[in-house]
Amino acid sequence: MNHYYGDYGGQYVPEILMPPLQELEEAYEQYKADPEFTSQLNDYLENYAGRSTPLYYAKNMSRKYGLKIYLKREDLVHGGAHKLNNTLGQALLAKFMGKKRLIAETGAGQHGTATAMVGAKLGFETMVYMGSKDVKRQLPNVYRMKLMGTEVVSVDTGSKTMKDAINEALRDWVTNVGDTHYLIGSVVGPYPFPKIVRDFQSVIGREVKEQVMKVEGRYPDSIVACAGGGSNAMGIFYPFLDDEVNLFAVEAGGEKLREDDKIAYHSASLATGEEGILHGARTKVLQNRDGQILESTSVAAGLDYAGVGPELARLSETGRVKPCYITDMEALEAFHELSRLEGIIPALESSHAIAYVMKMADSGILGDTVVINLSGRGDKDLQTIMDMED
Amino acid sequence: MRISQKFEELKDKNEKALIAYVCAGDPDPDTTPSIVNALVEAGADIIELGLPFSDPVADGPTIQAATCRAIEAGMNTERYFELIKGLEVNVPLICMTYYNLIYRQGSENFVKKCVDAGISGLIIPDLPLHEADELIEICKEKGIDNIFLVAPNTSDQRLDAIGSKSSGFIYVVSKLGVTGEGENISSNVAGLLDKINSNLPKAVGFGISNRKHVEEMVAAGADAVIVGSALVNIIASGDNIIPRLKEITKDLKEGCR
Repeated sequence: MNHYYGDYGGQYVPEILMPPLQELEEAYEQYKADPEFTSQLNDYLENYAGRSTPLYYAKNMSRKYGLKIYLKREDLVHGGAHKLNNTLGQALLAKFMGKKRLIAETGAGQHGTATAMVGAKLGFETMVYMGSKDVKRQLPNVYRMKLMGTEVVSVDTGSKTMKDAINEALRDWVTNVGDTHYLIGSVVGPYPFPKIVRDFQSVIGREVKEQVMKVEGRYPDSIVACAGGGSNAMGIFYPFLDDEVNLFAVEAGGEKLREDDKIAYHSASLATGEEGILHGARTKVLQNRDGQILESTSVAAGLDYAGVGPELARLSETGRVKPCYITDMEALEAFHELSRLEGIIPALESSHAIAYVMKMADSGILGDTVVINLSGRGDKDLQTIMDMED
Repeated sequence: MRISQKFEELKDKNEKALIAYVCAGDPDPDTTPSIVNALVEAGADIIELGLPFSDPVADGPTIQAATCRAIEAGMNTERYFELIKGLEVNVPLICMTYYNLIYRQGSENFVKKCVDAGISGLIIPDLPLHEADELIEICKEKGIDNIFLVAPNTSDQRLDAIGSKSSGFIYVVSKLGVTGEGENISSNVAGLLDKINSNLPKAVGFGISNRKHVEEMVAAGADAVIVGSALVNIIASGDNIIPRLKEITKDLKEGCR
């Protein structure tokens, strides 16, 4: 079985995790073609998550920026983000595998919330690890998780963000491999996670294909998605990989692109990271000369991560996906712009994708028809933004 | 000194090996040599010296905190090798670290530096056997041992593969979990030790913190025991660390005789 995307990917994990990774790989290959599994998953996606989500023509924004701009409304998925597509898939898989307990990491809290939902829905004991810095800036999501019966563990080590939450979740998994499924929230981690998460998120791109054909009679010139770990990006890009569509992965440029020995004041690992090993995969990583992982920063907790999915690293290396970045201030501006122009409050993560389209509207590189993956809604970010604008 | 030579010596004396882990640079790079000297003087047969990594996923809170202290105190890859070159101890030294630090330097370059510094073996807990072909080849060429871990849930097939590819010794993880002091050692270790079909010495680690544990592991058939967190906790306390490290090391070594 090939566990790599070019040179990226692999399984760089403690020996204890080899049996559960193999078990997961075999179970996934078995159940993804199982009619009972797919029928249950499709039912949940339709009736619980609320799929399909609309492809919305943003008329006011289109007029202002001189492009035809469509928004793929993943913010309308139950829970307010695309994350539920993957958690439903993985939790159902865990159920079919006979697991009793789910653990997850979360940055912005969207994946944690989506895990809490499926935990409640499918009857799992659920525990979510979250960096203490993220707990503070994403309190509404912390409360939502608790409401649904999930235990939220605040992680106080390292940079106190998603990187450290993943470390803690991996330690938990190492200790409880028998009955626990680690529900990874992005296209990161050891194989087969990048593939499983991509496949479950690809529902986004498959729907866009049909929807855009119906209204435009052709594929868009460009698709733009934000990328932290990269799950919404891979989800919308993957079905278009063989088509003539420009794919832009917008990372968090943070306050500005500078770095010292311990902190990168951004999270742009595709655009500026170097090859390394983080959280079980060989990928693009923010690291210092020695290979110590740098603390990333971003106004968007969900993008605040020092690595990126290995398949996205590969697609970026071959030039199929174009990595780019947007600063915190540009993302904030886009947050306000979409709210005012369309009456849609985007997540700070998705605001990066919107900001890129605003910034590049006149450049010609986007073509004239653009789909932005609106990966989540901004309710969770209101406190952060109010605090910043105080 | 080669690891195999040390095990031969101990065999002649009918003793098991005490392998002591400490993190290089904890609490600061200047103190590490006196810590290592104290451990060797008190009876440690092999020293496993951690090269700290920012994200040590196989380690529990004790060693993770040590890693943080060491990095904060200025430990880095270059200083690590300098520090090791400066040690004057006649026991095998093992570098325990995570794969990114090796990958970043380039495996060939890293292994060469290990050899130049006098390191006899490598333990990389996040590098499972099937990702290690290149490193195994390089280590073989340069004459240093590549020590792989086996866990209680490792399949028989992988046990055989690890047994045939590992060198120096086989690191037997006593429990499902991360490093850290434990109250009790799993009673299944003997069964795991029996299943490993290899001529290499078997060293049991994770959760071993006192003489009773050591004696249990020796009785279960271990050729060596690895003690880390119990030592690191003494260092973390900052209190009278050299005499206390000597005292516990002597006691642990008694359990190996």
